[in-house]
Amino acid sequence: MRLDLIPRARRSPWLDALTPVLAFALAVLIGGIAVSALGVAPSQAFLTYFVAPLSEVWSIQEVALKAAPLALIATGLAFCYRAGLWNIGAEGQYVVGGLAGGIVAIAAHGMEGFSLWVLPAMLVAGTLAGLAYAMIPALLKVRLGVSEILTSLMLVYVAQLLLDYMVRGPLRDPKGYNFPQSVGFDSFARLPYLMEGESLHAGVLVAALALALAALVLARTLFGFEVRLVGTSPRAARFAGFSQARLTLAVFAISGGAAGLAGILEVAGRIGQLQPEISPGYGFTAIIVAFLGRLSPPGILIAAFVIALTTIGGENAQIDLKLPLDLTRAFQGLLLGLVLGADVIARCHVRLVPGGQAARPEV
Amino acid sequence: MSASGPTPLFAAYGIVKRFGAFTANDGVDLEIRAGEIHALLGENGAGKSTLMKILYGLLEPSEGVVTHRGDIVRLGSPEAARALGIGMVFQHFSLCENLTVAENIALVMPKSLNGRALRERIARLGREYGLHLDPERPVWSLSAGERQRIEIVRCLLQDPKLIILDEPTSVLTPGEAEGLFAVLERLRDEGRALLYISHRLDEVRRLCTRATILRAGRVVGACNPQDETARSLAAMMVGTQVRAVTPKTAPAGGRERLRLEKLDLPAPGLHATPLRAISLSVAGGEILGIAGIAGNGQAELFAALSGETLAPRPDALRIDGAAVGRRGINARRRLGAAFVPEERNGHAAAPSMRLSENALLARHATAPLARFGLLRLGAAQELARRVIETFEVRKAGPDPAAGTLSGGNLQKFVVGREILAEPGILVINQPTWGVDAAAAAQLRQAVIDLAARGAAILVISQDLDELFEIADSISVLHDGTLSPPVPTGRTNRAAIGLLMGGASDAIPAPQSRSEALAHAS
Repeated sequence: MRLDLIPRARRSPWLDALTPVLAFALAVLIGGIAVSALGVAPSQAFLTYFVAPLSEVWSIQEVALKAAPLALIATGLAFCYRAGLWNIGAEGQYVVGGLAGGIVAIAAHGMEGFSLWVLPAMLVAGTLAGLAYAMIPALLKVRLGVSEILTSLMLVYVAQLLLDYMVRGPLRDPKGYNFPQSVGFDSFARLPYLMEGESLHAGVLVAALALALAALVLARTLFGFEVRLVGTSPRAARFAGFSQARLTLAVFAISGGAAGLAGILEVAGRIGQLQPEISPGYGFTAIIVAFLGRLSPPGILIAAFVIALTTIGGENAQIDLKLPLDLTRAFQGLLLGLVLGADVIARCHVRLVPGGQAARPEV
Repeated sequence: MSASGPTPLFAAYGIVKRFGAFTANDGVDLEIRAGEIHALLGENGAGKSTLMKILYGLLEPSEGVVTHRGDIVRLGSPEAARALGIGMVFQHFSLCENLTVAENIALVMPKSLNGRALRERIARLGREYGLHLDPERPVWSLSAGERQRIEIVRCLLQDPKLIILDEPTSVLTPGEAEGLFAVLERLRDEGRALLYISHRLDEVRRLCTRATILRAGRVVGACNPQDETARSLAAMMVGTQVRAVTPKTAPAGGRERLRLEKLDLPAPGLHATPLRAISLSVAGGEILGIAGIAGNGQAELFAALSGETLAPRPDALRIDGAAVGRRGINARRRLGAAFVPEERNGHAAAPSMRLSENALLARHATAPLARFGLLRLGAAQELARRVIETFEVRKAGPDPAAGTLSGGNLQKFVVGREILAEPGILVINQPTWGVDAAAAAQLRQAVIDLAARGAAILVISQDLDELFEIADSISVLHDGTLSPPVPTGRTNRAAIGLLMGGASDAIPAPQSRSEALAHAS
């Protein structure tokens, strides 16, 4: 018995659109079985996971605030992954971006007079820091042929420990009772809220803008063409005169910059100070989001919302239904596996060949 | 069929194959008997590949049946076809690059045949049929010609009753082709059936006693090719008289436009060929042919000319006098050079991308297809449309993916894309590899016309007939060394064939233009 995958001659757009929906439905079904095995009614769990977070204004805002950094980082990563380069270290670039932007805010703390420049300077510093941090694995790859997967991943831990050291040492709030945290940012160093009295801040708009820009760049610019071409036909890309080294640096710059920007948006938005933990693993979850969204900006937008929704729903389920948070993680992993599996089915006929070995001619 | 002989070994009746609105085969009948070499003729897009794929179980027909000794059989997969004794030698090789020759062969053999026994059988077949292969070499390091030998050996190892051969000689030298013909004739005499697809009508006339001719998905005729002329066969295929290539009127003698001077390049890989002190010179209006057996440095020479591999020093390569050895492919394109690589899919074109995007691929540096980094999609589509119209590229839909075109039509698109740029220098590797007679004539004519307009053209080809038809002079690439050019009128196939085999002192080398220039400078 053996499975054959035969590429379909023509891909049906209808099937392409339907398979992720079916994969999601299947994931919900399997999740429901797991939930009932834990002694909770699946219908109750479904409401808590997927409906409750969308039923109130404040919780919808929570979903959007979680989706924004995921979408922003995943969009940057999509450039890398499309070009066949594996930046696994967005989490580190995010942390470094938050740290660098935070340093600007702390330096400007208590400043009198004209202060409109502070917030833009923070965003620029955060973006450039993430970009520069991503240049380390990119340059190692281009110059010395070092695997970018290992270096970018290991630099995550360096960044996290650097942030930890900074907030316990040089950046610690002198009046903070020795807590490992910086001073709270001044209001001019915080992202403005979109609506009075609500939690939604301008970072969501920045993420939306970045998604739109990425969609435009991929579809309508020579650079986007280069990224797509290198991913599908590297030899043709060389024939087109595109340099692999230049492209490596460019896509790492984009993904690092996007992650760094996401980092400072989170610090200047929800957190408002530097502390040892500024990310619930956004940089890693964004990898899932990028692939769940099939590396296309519209797909990433949807995927970011789905992952944000299940995360918030998972927190609610933890509180209301006493379901473990690990269940949420398992569900997200299951969803990714199913979507990628469904993608294979959309691309290929799957044929079960009974006794495939015996069907071969004997010589 | 008039000859009401025995039941055909394999036959297909009323085969219809539709791809959406496009009908690739429309009621095709084909009978193949044991002990015959049956030719399947037709232009690109006539439906030959579709019919072959149906017979090999790669496609299932929309209508119609395939029979084996009169019984209806279902060929649901290549395994089913192989189980019935159908073997196939592909034109585009289905080999795993990272595996060795022996491993690639083992992939389709029963597991019981272990490494040593298999290697012995490969060696024995190699000796018997003159298909020499080193079983331990990885496929990525092999030339196209050597890869085809694997395909043939792989097919023969399964002792097939029907062997389908798709353009089997397109990468072989005349000598190798003769060897293959002997093999095929012996297989026929052993009582096997062979379905032979080739655009080389002389071969078909030499080998085959029956031919089925397809045009636009239908059978338009059957004949004994030995009663026909190459021209009459071609006429049946295309439905009109084939235009013969009109020789270039203006003789060579313009100023030098392309020059290689003592180019040395180390081998880029373990089994690649190093280039050794290669010098050549092509003048405006001149067509220089580079003959040679696959794997003697053709790919490396092309990469060095195109700039995909940079030369060690700037003055090793000059385009219109400018030393560009260290400059990339787009810099060379901006100086008026154009390039057509051997491999269409994945090198000259990206199969998953649209034709307009493939126009962009090679022309973004030399045509106004982008402004401030923004693509002008309309301009790219317009360029693709002009190529399609000028070179009569047949395709489905307004702007389809390149991979959906047949080989010959994609080649017309690729060559047309470069020629419409009116390049001053054209380097073209295997211009008509696997392309039918009508399309090949059209492509060669386009190259000749370009030379007549003053361009310098370098043609790398394994097809000696082609080189003698279009080139002004011919050099031979053997083991990374280039022989001095000989005017086409003052040599012959035998002499060139000897050089291709490495007999450098077979004919006295005339004082070449490049040598004369090297002394003068």
